[in-house]
Amino acid sequence: MTRLRADSRHPIRFKLNGRPVEGEAEPRMLLSDFLRHQIGATGTHVGCEHGVCGACTVVIDGMLARSCLTLAAQVDGCEIRTVEGLAPSADRLGILQRAFRRNHALQCGFCTAGILMSLDHYLRRHPAPSETDVRDLLSGHLCRCTGYTPIINAALQAAAELATAIEEKPDV
Amino acid sequence: MAQVAARPASSVDMEGRPWVGRSIERVEDAALLTGRGRFIDDLGSPPGTLHAAILRSPHAHADIVSIDAEAARRAPGVAAVLTGEQVKALTSSLVVGVKAPVECWPIATERVRYVGEPVAVAVASDRARAEDAIELIHVEYRPHAAVVDPLAALAADAPVLHDGFPGNLASDRSFSYGDPAQAFADAPHRFSIDIHYPRNSCTPIETYGVIASHDAAEDAFDILANFQGPFSIHTVISRALKVPGNRLRLRTPPDSGGSFGVKQGVFPYIVLIGAASRAVGRPVKWIEDRLEHLTASVSATNRSTTLSAAVAADGKILALDWDQVEDCGAHLRAPEPATLYRMHGNLTGAYDIRHVKVRNRVVVTNKTPTGLNRGFGGPQVYFALERLVQRIAIGLSRDPLDVIKRNLVPADAFPYRTATGALLDSGNYQEAIAKAVDHGKLAELRERREEARAQGRLYGIGFTAVVEPSVSNMGYITTVLTVAERRKAGPKNGAQATATVALDPVGGVTVHVASVPQGQGHRTVLSQVVADVFGLKPQDVRVNTEIDTAKDAWSIASGNYASRFAAAVAGTAKLAAERIAARLARIAASQLNVEPVDIVFASGFVASKHNPENRIAFSRVAALSHWSPGSLPDDTGQAIRETLFWTPPELTAPDDEDRINSSLCHGFIFDFCGVEIDRTTFETRIDRYVTMHDCGTILHPGMVNGQIRGGFAQALGAALYEEYAYAEDGSFLTGTFADYLLPTTAEVPEPQIIHLATPSPFTPLGAKGVGEGNSMSTPVCIANAVADALGLADVTLPLVPARLADLVRGPEPEPPAGQLKAAPARAGDRRLRGDGSASVNRAPEHVWTMLLDPGTLQAVIPGCQRVDRVSDTHFRAEVTLGIGPVTGRYRADVQLFDLDPPHAVTLRGSAEGALGFGNAEGRIMLEPDGKGGTRLRYGYDAAIGGKIASIGGRLLDGAARVIIGQFFAALAREAGGGASASAFSLPALLGWLARLFGGRR
Ligand code: FES
Ligand code: FES
Repeated sequence: MTRLRADSRHPIRFKLNGRPVEGEAEPRMLLSDFLRHQIGATGTHVGCEHGVCGACTVVIDGMLARSCLTLAAQVDGCEIRTVEGLAPSADRLGILQRAFRRNHALQCGFCTAGILMSLDHYLRRHPAPSETDVRDLLSGHLCRCTGYTPIINAALQAAAELATAIEEKPDV
Repeated sequence: MAQVAARPASSVDMEGRPWVGRSIERVEDAALLTGRGRFIDDLGSPPGTLHAAILRSPHAHADIVSIDAEAARRAPGVAAVLTGEQVKALTSSLVVGVKAPVECWPIATERVRYVGEPVAVAVASDRARAEDAIELIHVEYRPHAAVVDPLAALAADAPVLHDGFPGNLASDRSFSYGDPAQAFADAPHRFSIDIHYPRNSCTPIETYGVIASHDAAEDAFDILANFQGPFSIHTVISRALKVPGNRLRLRTPPDSGGSFGVKQGVFPYIVLIGAASRAVGRPVKWIEDRLEHLTASVSATNRSTTLSAAVAADGKILALDWDQVEDCGAHLRAPEPATLYRMHGNLTGAYDIRHVKVRNRVVVTNKTPTGLNRGFGGPQVYFALERLVQRIAIGLSRDPLDVIKRNLVPADAFPYRTATGALLDSGNYQEAIAKAVDHGKLAELRERREEARAQGRLYGIGFTAVVEPSVSNMGYITTVLTVAERRKAGPKNGAQATATVALDPVGGVTVHVASVPQGQGHRTVLSQVVADVFGLKPQDVRVNTEIDTAKDAWSIASGNYASRFAAAVAGTAKLAAERIAARLARIAASQLNVEPVDIVFASGFVASKHNPENRIAFSRVAALSHWSPGSLPDDTGQAIRETLFWTPPELTAPDDEDRINSSLCHGFIFDFCGVEIDRTTFETRIDRYVTMHDCGTILHPGMVNGQIRGGFAQALGAALYEEYAYAEDGSFLTGTFADYLLPTTAEVPEPQIIHLATPSPFTPLGAKGVGEGNSMSTPVCIANAVADALGLADVTLPLVPARLADLVRGPEPEPPAGQLKAAPARAGDRRLRGDGSASVNRAPEHVWTMLLDPGTLQAVIPGCQRVDRVSDTHFRAEVTLGIGPVTGRYRADVQLFDLDPPHAVTLRGSAEGALGFGNAEGRIMLEPDGKGGTRLRYGYDAAIGGKIASIGGRLLDGAARVIIGQFFAALAREAGGGASASAFSLPALLGWLARLFGGRR
């Protein structure tokens, strides 16, 4: 294991949404700050920096993680997915994103990236969730604007749509 | 469902307006859903931008004796450290909301008055270094007694915050409307209620941010901040920064992560960071963190109210007597005391009550200064009024709904002037209630209650009826002044809204407004409104809602507050578009050889109504002013750009009788709900919540319901969970989202939303505000239901289980004397008490010596860096200690008293560090265990404050025990013998604790 020195910057390389990225960080730098300020991937937001709000949620090597509770140095060599990687192309939204838009599941949009990441991760593994499942899953996210119901509805609609889409086109 | 207001015929044919009233998808969403939002911290800042971190007071009330920032200034990457003194030299005091010789700075000068008040600002090459630097600043404080309760602040012997206010009383005004004295004298019944409305906040998920730069060559500021308005604050900022308004360019980012009023409160930081940028000659950026936000951004006011009603035998309320004591925290920052006066015209709620007496007092306390917050004064007023209505019903053995209905403003009385001056624009409260009762199935809910009660369950129903004011009169706050003072100050009234509609050279339509949305979809709604005027599609209209005070049209009323968008701003955009459309109609008429009245805008064309084939593409007509002004009909004027200002004439200044039409529009809300309270846990569960809204014309049903749901969820939090809690010494106790609990998906049910639409005759689109209603109605509706379920006369928010248990069962008995327990005695108490014992395999004499030896202490105190002996009984120590997520360095000072070697000693000490302060006292007793070893018994009592109390409260008891355990284990090791397993005890503990939570004297 590499030994990190508190007072120096260390190179960090990982894959972000399938593409290699690299930068340098002091050992104390948080992954959220690294993504946002070093890489310029500002879609991941920071709402509390103590692990409660969920705005900073990303996927690291297939696992959901709070990027505000993760050090940048920890993800060297990992695969990271963030909200920037959700859409199939720059001018199209994915099924989950479209469901959010249709259901008015966001207002200010500050909490949205983290919620999308949790849902995207979950729905890939649980294609037919109940409302209770989704409420359970999202109880780790704070949204101050929507009152949550539109988010739940969007998630359930997206799940139904994804289930059909996956049968037809496994790469969606 | 949406209903389009019948409006007077306009100059443009609006036949079949297709877009307004539809829930189209939002233009804002694609960017936000793909991570391409542009929030303040996402925007690049100029090269060379420095970053600020703020050192904040751990004390609620203390003199600043000295600030030693030398080490911080020398730290790597640090450009400057500014203290109050430096900031004072660069700025002038913020405007204080009442006339009094009191100053208000964005940073403490000489004295701190609340926990979290800025004390120093470090500016460095990056944020981390700025944070490192503030840890190196050493501030010596001389603590004063603090006062946190508004009524206590009025006591003659209360600690006084500002010499310029008599006691802590910043304002005291009395009003009388009608003849309340006579009404009370004549009435057969009098009911009264005392309310203590708590502090809370809507806590947007994005915190404050400011990027400021000062141009020394022109002495001008360029400041980007996620400020939300009102832009009357622009004048406060420019004055404080000592530049004229035209040298303060204030801009907002394209996206803002929620505000709900709260981001008005960023303005002192605009001044502070502006001053820092001037001091260092470079741009300076500051992004607030969550602890800072919860501790010290801004809060709604807490208020103590006594409300009495004179009531007839049939439940008719004849008069009200309000006595309100408003707590604005440590400073009366502009626009306070607006929270108290925003509702002044509406103190009779939805009711026809002609006699009203009011006494309004404003006090300062050692808490964070208050400001805008969703509902703004409404929750405080309606909690008192609607709780009282329930009490009247119970007192007269009537159904609360009967009392509500008996008192409503009659349906044929609109526009209705309330006793205190509001002009209720439109409504039909009776019909709204009837519809809600029917669609919301009240009868069925009553049956559910019967059933539940028959089974012995705790089930209650609550009702509330409220009027939701929107579009504030910029003059209402002057009601706090006397008539004479108002005359001297000059008239203040109105609410200038503005919108600009522009046509580009290929006929594209652009709209700009100064409405500063934080998620409310203004761009989408305006594209609908303007598309309808021009017969275009919303996607043809591009809307910009960023504001730049150097270039854009704005007024002091600009911004996103008082639910003014739909009623005022969207209407103004419509008027501006119509003005251009009228000109385009003349241009098209001349091209098509018809009269302008025959012109219709539809489907991308400008056409003759009578002969739709006779038409011309909208883009062609729209471009003509650019390309060929010479071919415009005479005196048409340009049709390129139109900026329109609109202010409703109804918003007049307070009259000489202090009547004030505080708001332009008045929506109506009628809520009822059924709740069940668990008999064991006292948890409140919302069984059903029905909310009826009349917000006039609905422009976008999806967004209107979004506002209602969002407001409901926040209000549910205010009712059940949320409180900015303070200890008696002013320590702030809820500094994380694990302490200040927001409702999640697990707690928020879906309310049943019902609409009725009586369009406002005073707004261009017939719309009224809708975003704040549930903040006003829901907390009291739930409280009424809980009171009904538990048969309580008094309920206090938030309705946390512990509080309900206390109310129902009475407070828990104190533990028997001598039996200290480690848990805090009650919620909000940050005293730690405990006792225990430990064994060490050495004789008492030996252990005694060890306890008094700095070398041993240094070795056995967890995290101890050094111990210095000042005298035989006085030690100083430095320790590094982690509690939960926070590790910090503390300087401790411990003295020994009542030494009885080798049997007993009392330790008293204090400690302080970047994360807080505390003091502790404990007694250790040593006795031989009969096996050559020593048995130690100890008891301790510690109080803590500062950051550690805000964020570590829940962890402290456990942490104290662990640390004490470590101490004794180490002591036993050091003594060379084994410690007994129950390694808990005290001496260390004490010293330990002392430094840890160290102290205030
Ligand atoms: S920012 Fe990471 S959980 Fe809130
Ligand atoms: S949409 Fe604003 S916090 Fe969720």
